[in-house]
Amino acid sequence: MTAIAPTDAGATLDVAKIREDFPILSRTVRDGKPLVYLDSGATSQRPRQVLDAERAFLETSNAAVHRGAHALAEEATDAYESARERIAAFVGADIHEVVFTKNATEGINLVAYGMSNASVGDGVDPAAERFRLGPGDEVVTTEMEHHANLVPWQELCRRTGATLRWFSVTPDGRLDLDSDEARSVINERTKVVAFTHQSNVLGTVPPVEELVRRARAVGAYTVLDACQSVPHAPVDLHALGVDFAAFSGHKMLGPSGIGVLYGRAELLEALPPFLTGGSMIEMVRMEGATYAPPPARFEAGVPMTSQAIGLGAAVDYLSAIGMDAVKAHENELTDAALLKLQDLPGVAIVGPRTTEARGGAVAFTIEGLHPHDASQVLDDSGIAVRVGHHCAWPLHRAFGVQASIRASFHVYNTMEEVDALVAGVRRAQEFFGVVPQ
Amino acid sequence: MYQEIILDHYRNPHGRGLRDPFEAEVHHVNPTCGDEVTVRVHLTGGEGLDAKVEDLSYDALGCSISQAATSVAHDLLVGHTVGEAFETLEAYQTMVQGRGKVEPDEDVLDDAVAFAGVAAYPARVKCALLGWLAFKDAVAQAQAGGTS
Repeated sequence: MTAIAPTDAGATLDVAKIREDFPILSRTVRDGKPLVYLDSGATSQRPRQVLDAERAFLETSNAAVHRGAHALAEEATDAYESARERIAAFVGADIHEVVFTKNATEGINLVAYGMSNASVGDGVDPAAERFRLGPGDEVVTTEMEHHANLVPWQELCRRTGATLRWFSVTPDGRLDLDSDEARSVINERTKVVAFTHQSNVLGTVPPVEELVRRARAVGAYTVLDACQSVPHAPVDLHALGVDFAAFSGHKMLGPSGIGVLYGRAELLEALPPFLTGGSMIEMVRMEGATYAPPPARFEAGVPMTSQAIGLGAAVDYLSAIGMDAVKAHENELTDAALLKLQDLPGVAIVGPRTTEARGGAVAFTIEGLHPHDASQVLDDSGIAVRVGHHCAWPLHRAFGVQASIRASFHVYNTMEEVDALVAGVRRAQEFFGVVPQ
Repeated sequence: MYQEIILDHYRNPHGRGLRDPFEAEVHHVNPTCGDEVTVRVHLTGGEGLDAKVEDLSYDALGCSISQAATSVAHDLLVGHTVGEAFETLEAYQTMVQGRGKVEPDEDVLDDAVAFAGVAAYPARVKCALLGWLAFKDAVAQAQAGGTS
């Protein structure tokens, strides 16, 4: 099956034309208000090209992949593997380094449970010994992580007796890597360093090279949460030099229920499986089994197929626009949102106040106004933002705020929508009588 | 949704603050937004449903809906028997979870009818129930004889 031709948006971004590809963006909400969708950090909308690719696959080639020898099984397997190939190329990986998962959360858990499985009992494949963790070992993460890149490591430590350590966040929303305390967070006991490529709240992009350098210096494995970077900017995983990375389809204009775990070939070869069953075996006897090489070893059961094809189409769509153009466009919107929101008395940005080393998630608080109440007023105007702790409770605690409001962008957002947000915030302040004098 | 009654209770909450004596104290959290409420109950008199709610004191961090709802709970539940308080609670819960299809009984719910509009916003129902369900839990713990 060939890729569906994406919109030719050209080098200069024609946002109006792009928006025509997204049927949902033309609907109205709450009594006829045009939808202003500023919640792509939670989930992005999908263009017709992605929806069409899924439908076309299901109407012509649907079958269980990697089993059966009939015509449809063959076509379905080809389409599935073709999607894997294009997705791998999109993030600078080799095809056998891309494992399809349900989402990034499952990808990170796959690594954590693989390590866990390497840490229990005897008889583990000798190749997996390199992943063994126990008391005295340390796992490092950061205070700005999404719960998906924190709780799996807490649990891994609980199961193995390893110790969890973390880098703190500075008041301006950066990782503290240079204080005396921070200098010793990664040390000779460190086995894993798990960190985000872009904070889903602050927008902060931590210095990946420096973290990879420190991890490598002590022989620790790096795990990158790339959920908020791969959808919004060019990412080359080989160039970054990380050992593992995970991202989700639904945040990059693709379907939900599909995500990717990237692992360096040599490491996936050695990592024990997480979920076991059909498809992932090499040979099975009653006494035990041996396992297929990656990526099949990590894809037990009949996989999600139309979702993988949809994600392949999303990658084609983004590639046709160009990830440099996507990044530049979102950077413009972020810059404007930061400037205009900071201009409003009583509004405080949570995170870096400029676009330097920062992506398009803009979190903020409003003095005297709970985020839920602010979002209600915004929602009544058709503006969709995220409120709460955005699955980053420790980060909010570090900033001394209970919750925040987050606007997040994708390629289809416009400057007019940034202005609508700013006007909505002002309206919320007026409604609740909390405009600072 | 933001009726004047709700905004009044939000700006000037009734019965706020944690007071002694009390038989049970509970801490409830809304995990989607991080809103928190601590509720204490002081019960006197009879057993079970016949006991009297002598005081409901609380400390809350949260949005206007959760704060105002807890303030209204204080007004409506204190001074009544546990049985009466539970009946009011049930009527209130039925209303806010009713997706706008439940006609509230103003005789039972008084100021709390202002929260009928919350039913149209499923994401906010938890906010409206936070303090009320904490009260229910606190009574259960008080009558089981302990503080958590």
